[in-house]
This record gives sequence, C-alpha cells and structure tokens, in this order.
Amino acid sequence: MTHPMIEMSDVHKTFGSNAVLRGIDLTIARGTSMVIIGGSGTGKSVMLKSVLGLIPQDSGRIAVDGKSVGSGTGSAERDAFLARFGMLFQGGALFDSLPVWQNVAFRLLRGSLARPRDEARDIAIEKLRRVGLKPDVADRLPAELSGGMQKRVGLARAIAAEPEIIFFDEPTTGLDPIMAGVINDLIREIVVEMGATAMTITHDMTSVRAIADNVAMLHGGKIRWTGPVAEMDHSGDPYVEQFISGSAEGPIEAVR
Amino acid sequence: MTPVSVLGAIGQAALGRLAALGRITRFAASTFSHMARPPFYPREFAVALLQIGWLSLPVVALTAIFTGGALALQIYAGGARFNAEAVVPQIVAIGMVRELGPVLVGLMIAARVTSSIAAEIATMKVTEQIDALVTLSTNPMKYLVAPRVLAALLTVPVLVGVGDIIGILGGYVVATETLDFNAAAYLKNTVNFLEPRDIISSLVKGAAFGTIAALMGCYFGMQSGRGAQGVGQATKSSVEAAAILILAANFALTGVFFSL
Repeated sequence: MTHPMIEMSDVHKTFGSNAVLRGIDLTIARGTSMVIIGGSGTGKSVMLKSVLGLIPQDSGRIAVDGKSVGSGTGSAERDAFLARFGMLFQGGALFDSLPVWQNVAFRLLRGSLARPRDEARDIAIEKLRRVGLKPDVADRLPAELSGGMQKRVGLARAIAAEPEIIFFDEPTTGLDPIMAGVINDLIREIVVEMGATAMTITHDMTSVRAIADNVAMLHGGKIRWTGPVAEMDHSGDPYVEQFISGSAEGPIEAVR
Repeated sequence: MTPVSVLGAIGQAALGRLAALGRITRFAASTFSHMARPPFYPREFAVALLQIGWLSLPVVALTAIFTGGALALQIYAGGARFNAEAVVPQIVAIGMVRELGPVLVGLMIAARVTSSIAAEIATMKVTEQIDALVTLSTNPMKYLVAPRVLAALLTVPVLVGVGDIIGILGGYVVATETLDFNAAAYLKNTVNFLEPRDIISSLVKGAAFGTIAALMGCYFGMQSGRGAQGVGQATKSSVEAAAILILAANFALTGVFFSL
C-alpha cells in the first residue's frame, strides 16, 4: 500500500490563548504540488513548520510517508528525516557569513550527505545555473545580491541535495511581478523535473495557478476547502471565492 | 494595594527569576554536552577564536594599561598618607592579577563579545536562519553555540593573562617615569610578591568569565523575540546578565581562592 507523502490528522496548535491550528486534516499525495492559501496570520507557516518538527503540534498526528513526525528520537534518525526535505524560506534565510556556493552546498559540506569540497562546489554551481544564476555569483556574499537573486539562491539550496519533499514559504513575497513569474515557473519546472512532492504557502493567486496541482484553503485554524486547482474557481465555498476575488465583502473579515 | 498582593508580586517576580535561572542552567548543561559530542565544526571554532580572542586584544590591552597606570597613581597618593609609597609594585601586581585584570577583561568581553554574539544569533533567529539550519540537518547548539562557548572558555584566560601583564606594565611605566621608582627594583618586587595562587585564580576567573559571557550571548540570542526590538532586547539582556553573573562569579571565586 502506498502512503500519502504527507498526512495531517486533527492537528492542533495553540500559542498562549491563541489557538492557531484547530484540527487540521490534510493529505498530500506523492509527487503532487499542494498550495495552501489563506490570509496573513491564519497559521500557514505554523502548519508547514509543524510538518518539519520545527514547531511541535499540541495534538493530532502528522505523518510523512506513513511515519509519524517526531516518532524517532535519535539524532541520526532526525537527520535522515530532514534529509528528505528542502525548504525555500520567505526571506531566503541565507547565511550571511557564507558565500553563495557554501549556502547552496551547505548540506553537502557536512552531515550524512557530505561530499568532497570540490564536488559540493560543482553541484552548487550546477544548481545555481539551474535557477538561472551565473557561476560568478558563487563567490559573492548573500548581502551583495538583489532580493530576486537571493530567492533563487534559496531555491538552489532547497534543491541542492535533491530532496523528495520541497516546501516553499511565500516564494514570491517582496518580488516584482516579472521576477515572481520567473520564480513560479522555476518552482513548477523543478518540482515536475525532480518528481518531488511540494507544499507551498502563499496568498499570491498568480503563484497558486502557476504552481498548484491541488489547493487547500486555511481559515479559522481549519482547512475550509481543498481540491484540484482547476476546481478552485468553482468551489462553491464563499471563503474561497472571496479570497480569490480579493473582495473586502464576504465572510472573511477585512480587519483582523 | 494590599500587603498580600505586594507579597504576591514579589513572589511572582522571584519565581520568574528562578525559572530563568533554571532555563539558563539547562542551556549551559546542553551546551557542554554538545561540546563533548560530535559532530564538531572546526571552521566555526576557528572563526570564534579569532573574533573572541585575537580581535579583543586591542580593547583588553588599552583597558589594562590605563587601569594599571591609574592604579599606580592612586596607590602612590594613598600610600603617601602613611609613608607607604613603596608598596606600589606589590599592590599594582596583586590588584591587577587577583581582581582588576580578570574583572575588567570579563566586563570588556561582556560588552564586546556577548553583545555581538547575542545580536548575531538573534538576527539569525528573526530572519529564520536558525530554522534553516535545522532543516539542513544542522543542530544550532552544535553549530552556533558550542564553538563560541569553547572559544571563549579557552581564549579569555589568555586575554586575562595578557591584561594582567599589560596592566602591571602600565603601573611600571607610570611608577618609573613619573614617580621616580627604580625600574629593576619595581620588577623584582612585582615578581617576588606574586604567588602561583594569584596567577591560577586569575586564569580560572578568566575561563569562568569567558564561559559566562559567551553563554549569555548565545542564550539570549536564541531566546530573541521578533523584529528589531527583539534583537535589541536580546542584546541588552545578554550584556546585563553577563555583567552581573561575572561580578557574582568573581565574588564567589575570590571566596574560594582566598578565604578558604
């Protein structure tokens, strides 16, 4: 029997008196691209970080490839679990003190996936080329790059170790529409090319249409609607319709 | 406000401080545990050695030389009140090695190193670089904290030793150039008066203060809140905590070395 790649069942997470996740149920099939939409502060990032174990859930079950997250206690087991993931962070989260190529090859320079330094550098340059950056970027520091270039470096780092699962946290935030389009196309191409399972959180509807196989809308700490991206425009759900149209009128309060 | 509510507030504040102390103790235990177990990150350790040790030398040297010089002037002026000007070399030596060297170097390290570690790690936390480390299968305690604390543990005693020597040198220059002390006699009195216990206590204090300074920078950096305000608060709290703990540790270590 083939397990879904990611499965969340009745996941709850509360910060102080703020119940952010109130019973998340979501399944992401292997090799598909799921995009989570929802307003700011609805818990999309918390949901994503819960899957990685960065923010442990209070209750409920999160399973990756049929195995519960957090069930392994050893550091080697945790290392092996995380080695299956790549992640593009909202702000890039590049390490300021390291040149670009060492950022991209970070995982290849240490730990269980360590390779010889020259080989790691070659892979980093190849991944930089894959995201449309020239090799001369490799020795620059992240602070010397534009926002769009930093996103591309972040994307190159996310795919450097050829992970099975890739997470994208607001991949187009802060980019101009043309650069956002470039990043969207790159994400789609890379996910298809690698056959990876992708989970993206965004409120950029252009991204959703470019990246998603399936869409889930998070509101009020629960998944309100989920389905194929082709059905999103005819979901019949007033929350989804309001979110897609960007209207101030509707069940989602404009002031939160 | 009733007496009960005042007592309640005091009790809550005390419990809060105790809880913070408990968290810091656990953090320190975890740090030492990670220092002892692989993987090790030699590049990060080398960078920390350079940042904490080598690059702190100028500020330590300047602090020590001015303090040693001022100490010589004060002891000479104070000693003159009861015809004891001749004790300048001995008191400068004992004052620098036992107390002023380690404490002033410790406080300068708290100002320079603790603040920079806290600000750097807090910024990494705010910009999700710590989360990125975790997703890249790298434990931040091993990669960020252990190398810095180990580097401080090893380099601050050396800085204290250098500070002690330069402080004594400052006193020597002032005494021989302005107070008419004989140079050879000054050095002889200094060397003869110091005991091995003075030097050992100085170096042990250096190791303790360096560990405290780096630990506080790392702890408050890792606990940082969001945004620029979070980074500022983490930096301020780290320096306050490091300075207070260094002074408290100095009192305790002085007791251990010289009262027992």
